[in-house]
Amino acid sequence: MKLDSMYQEVILDHYKNPHGRGLRDGDAEVHHVNPTCGDEITLRVKYDGTTISDVSYEGQGCSISQASASVLNDLLVGKDLAAARRIQETFLELMQSKGKVEPDDAMEETLEDAVAFAGVSKYPARVKCALLSWMAWKDATAQALGPDAERTTA
Amino acid sequence: MTQLPGLLTVPNLLGEAIRKDFPILDRQVHDGRKVVYLDNAATSQKPRQVLDALAEYYERHNANVHRGVHVLAEEATALYEGARDKVAEFINAPSRNEVIFTKNASESLNLVANMLGWADEPYRVDHETEIVITEMEHHSNIVPWQLLAQRTGAKLKWFGLTDDGRLDLSNIDEVITEKTKIVSFVLVSNILGTVNPVEAIVRRAQEVGALVCIDASQAAPHMPMDVQALQADFVAFTGHKMCGPTGIGVLWGRQELLEDLPPFLGGGEMIETVSMSSSTYAPAPHKFEAGTPPIAQAVGLGAAIDYLSAIGMDKILAHEHAITEYAVKRLTEVPDLRIIGPATAEDRGAAISFTLGDIHPHDVGQVLDEQGIAVRVGHHCARPVCLRYGIPATTRASFYLYSTPAEIDALVDGLEHVRNFFG
Repeated sequence: MKLDSMYQEVILDHYKNPHGRGLRDGDAEVHHVNPTCGDEITLRVKYDGTTISDVSYEGQGCSISQASASVLNDLLVGKDLAAARRIQETFLELMQSKGKVEPDDAMEETLEDAVAFAGVSKYPARVKCALLSWMAWKDATAQALGPDAERTTA
Repeated sequence: MTQLPGLLTVPNLLGEAIRKDFPILDRQVHDGRKVVYLDNAATSQKPRQVLDALAEYYERHNANVHRGVHVLAEEATALYEGARDKVAEFINAPSRNEVIFTKNASESLNLVANMLGWADEPYRVDHETEIVITEMEHHSNIVPWQLLAQRTGAKLKWFGLTDDGRLDLSNIDEVITEKTKIVSFVLVSNILGTVNPVEAIVRRAQEVGALVCIDASQAAPHMPMDVQALQADFVAFTGHKMCGPTGIGVLWGRQELLEDLPPFLGGGEMIETVSMSSSTYAPAPHKFEAGTPPIAQAVGLGAAIDYLSAIGMDKILAHEHAITEYAVKRLTEVPDLRIIGPATAEDRGAAISFTLGDIHPHDVGQVLDEQGIAVRVGHHCARPVCLRYGIPATTRASFYLYSTPAEIDALVDGLEHVRNFFG
């Protein structure tokens, strides 16, 4: 069934057992919403120099948006900003592919669990759900590290 | 689709024959599943009769209205103005000149807000006056009034909601006061389905000399409309929810108000004479219809009104009430399902919002879509209602004259599948 390509087991697992959920100490906090469906996320980033020491979040929304935040936490915490930015850009590329990008080995290595969202890119109404926490992270990072970081993550 | 036993127990239904008028209802989606269209509060489907009227207008009569002397211009004008006659009769307006064509209900409501913002006394909304709406309004009946309040300094007040999805009018005398200039509220809620008690609100508004504007977007398609019986000053609705095309809406307003109130949009059609220093305006309704209007769309709305009237709005109301009663009964059998809004079919329209356990409506809608079932998910442009009931969003199934009990059975089966999928 086509639905299974969207709701991969790994997505449903993250949805049911989210990683790193809950708000903790941070350098900046943002609140992002998806006005079409009411998904919301409050996200904080904590940096140690240019290393991400924590991404904490609280939100409500569909399985895709909530699982995506959980995967983001898994992937980005402990990474250097440059590496995190590469992951974010690769994820954005995948989500904007309209289902036309078949993830190769390099992409899978970069995205790990996030590669499971490939099927979501076929559903235009849901792409925003998957990207919600990633856009929030980008925004929070710009706020935490200042305009220089905004330029480098643009 | 198989006809399930439920059909036998539901009275007052319109016949299956109606569905044949709507070509899209035969559409198959997702590998051969016949579409089950339960998103009628967002927009209705269009019968062949309306599609034909649109095609015939463009194929045979297309011209601009009210200006040419050639035969096509005269035909187009007659068809456009004929549509106005049909609308006037459909809503029992005392005069055809009280029917203003707009592009949708949002524009109609914005037009009222702007008439009052620019009006002279006694209509003028300013910093010493109050505007009253309700917590169950569509954003289109909230934001124009917020804008007006911000621009004039007027105070915006509203009626809250009860736990069972009705207006809380217990403090009506404090909400509507001598300072109130306008009370604008929805006749049938697009998210809760609630049918509101017009008379009580109009009576209080009249006591204090406030104008009344009614958003009938979810009422005009579904029940007989009589603007004189409503005793409102303005009534707004849209064509595309009542079998007409998109791009055509209606504002009905009482004649003396339309004569007194200033125009909002300026341009062609709405003038009497123009000089470089000033202009005088055409009488209503043209005063409020600047520019080339949505001509074909008005003609399409006229065809939709012919279609609905031939069936009979009282029969459509009875059909939808029966369908809604059946839907409420079946939906309350679904475990973990909570209806947001009145829990019975009494004083309720054919839109039913609900939550399903803690499964997000977006996920509910996606799994239903895979089964060919089209519902709306989200906050339905009525976010304050979601905030009021502490929920992020709802799933909404909404019915129309072609909806069948079998489609409701399909929805209930679909919801069972949703529960299993996320269980």
